[in-house]
Amino acid sequence: MLQIENLHANVADKPILKGLSLTINAGEIHAIMGPNGAGKSTLSYVLGGRPGYEVTDGSATFDAQDLLEMAPHERAAAGLFLGFQYPVEIPGVSNVQFLRESLNAQRKARGEEPLSGGDFLKLAREKAGLLKLDMDMLKRPVNVGFSGGEKKRNEMVQMGIIDPKLAILDETDSGLDIDALRIVGDGINSIMRRPDKAVLLITHYQRLLDYVQPDFVHVLAAGRIVKSGGPELALELERAGYAEIAA
Amino acid sequence: MTATLPSRRDEAWRYSDIDAVAAAWPLPAPESIIVPAAGSFKRAIIQDEGGIRQIELMIGKGAAASLHVLNIGGAYGRIELAVTLHEGADFTLGAAQIGGGEQTLEIVTTITHAEPGATSRQMVRSVLGGTATGTYLGKVAVARGAQQTDSEQDVKAMLLDRSATANAKPELEIFADDVKCAHGCAIGELDAMSLYYLQSRGLPPAEAKKILLQAFVAGVFDGAEDEEQLQALALAKLGELV
Repeated sequence: MLQIENLHANVADKPILKGLSLTINAGEIHAIMGPNGAGKSTLSYVLGGRPGYEVTDGSATFDAQDLLEMAPHERAAAGLFLGFQYPVEIPGVSNVQFLRESLNAQRKARGEEPLSGGDFLKLAREKAGLLKLDMDMLKRPVNVGFSGGEKKRNEMVQMGIIDPKLAILDETDSGLDIDALRIVGDGINSIMRRPDKAVLLITHYQRLLDYVQPDFVHVLAAGRIVKSGGPELALELERAGYAEIAA
Repeated sequence: MTATLPSRRDEAWRYSDIDAVAAAWPLPAPESIIVPAAGSFKRAIIQDEGGIRQIELMIGKGAAASLHVLNIGGAYGRIELAVTLHEGADFTLGAAQIGGGEQTLEIVTTITHAEPGATSRQMVRSVLGGTATGTYLGKVAVARGAQQTDSEQDVKAMLLDRSATANAKPELEIFADDVKCAHGCAIGELDAMSLYYLQSRGLPPAEAKKILLQAFVAGVFDGAEDEEQLQALALAKLGELV
């Protein structure tokens, strides 16, 4: 589904990713762990097409398309979803309004019929229920006045509504208390654990992986993947620390 | 208002399209509206073909008036309001001016609190692209003895291109000592991170900009006569700019 080869990327002319390669197949859940400053968020933004993240070498192919040539909204329509580490507050824009317009823009790009207002609300209600987020919050301006945990749950509600093929979740577990962590973990499993979907979880800690069991764990350090393994690698990291493993 | 053809040396016409002003000169007498004591008045003003519009509004004791203005049309569009508030009167202005290309759009207000206890609220939002110029000149004059005046000017402009210009000048002239006159002014650009966030969910760039601009302008038409029509016209004009 996603092939990243020898990816190099700069932020403000500073090299952050230095030859990262990774292949994710349908049906797989991958976790990327690594110390602060390793390039984890940069990877998610490069894949999501955020302006200012400049690819200097290498490639990323998503479903046989050159991902790096696509605009952010085209990546979304192709089935890529980016869960933000810091979801953005947008005063004056209601969640449901913007999500419905976003979803219908994606459907239009794929040649599908738009979803009616009624069908959309039904879908939104179902996903909000899944993440135990009050439907009233979805009618409020995007993330305004939301707690850290509510923002992350809102990201997952958005993911549920948009129903992507590949979700890149950047520290979705940060800012969550224990109960919210379980809700978010269950949400990720129920929305994304399918044979035709894949997930790239970016996290500092093992704890999210207790709820969302990865098939592969990678260690990112200094802009490259320095070690890959199965779920046991996350436990080993937790025990020994990054310094030991990444050395 | 002005008897002789103004020049750019006149503060109230400093940013105007003087050629367009000269072509329209002499101006007809301003429209005069009188709201009697304890009365109420509401009107939506849509300026969609250019020109200069002058209104004198007198709000009687204990009366309330609200104007909602959408200034979007023509090469030069100017809306000038001279409002006089008597004791305990209330005035609300909600205005949006949205321009692109080489448009020059202006909202010029003089709000005179002639007697005590009156309130005035002005909320003005400008969205400007291309080499358009949008100006708000707002004077609040509080007469001697007009105690417990409460006035507010809330002025914001959004520039879509570096070549667009926004001017904003709230001005206070106060001859009483127990008054509240708030004024705030900000000129900025669309937030890059918000734009990216919306696009990451699938909105094409123009749609993402439109939705943010709609939110920026929203609020000025709250409670307006023909609120839906104003919102729809504003949205259509925003759609032309993004």
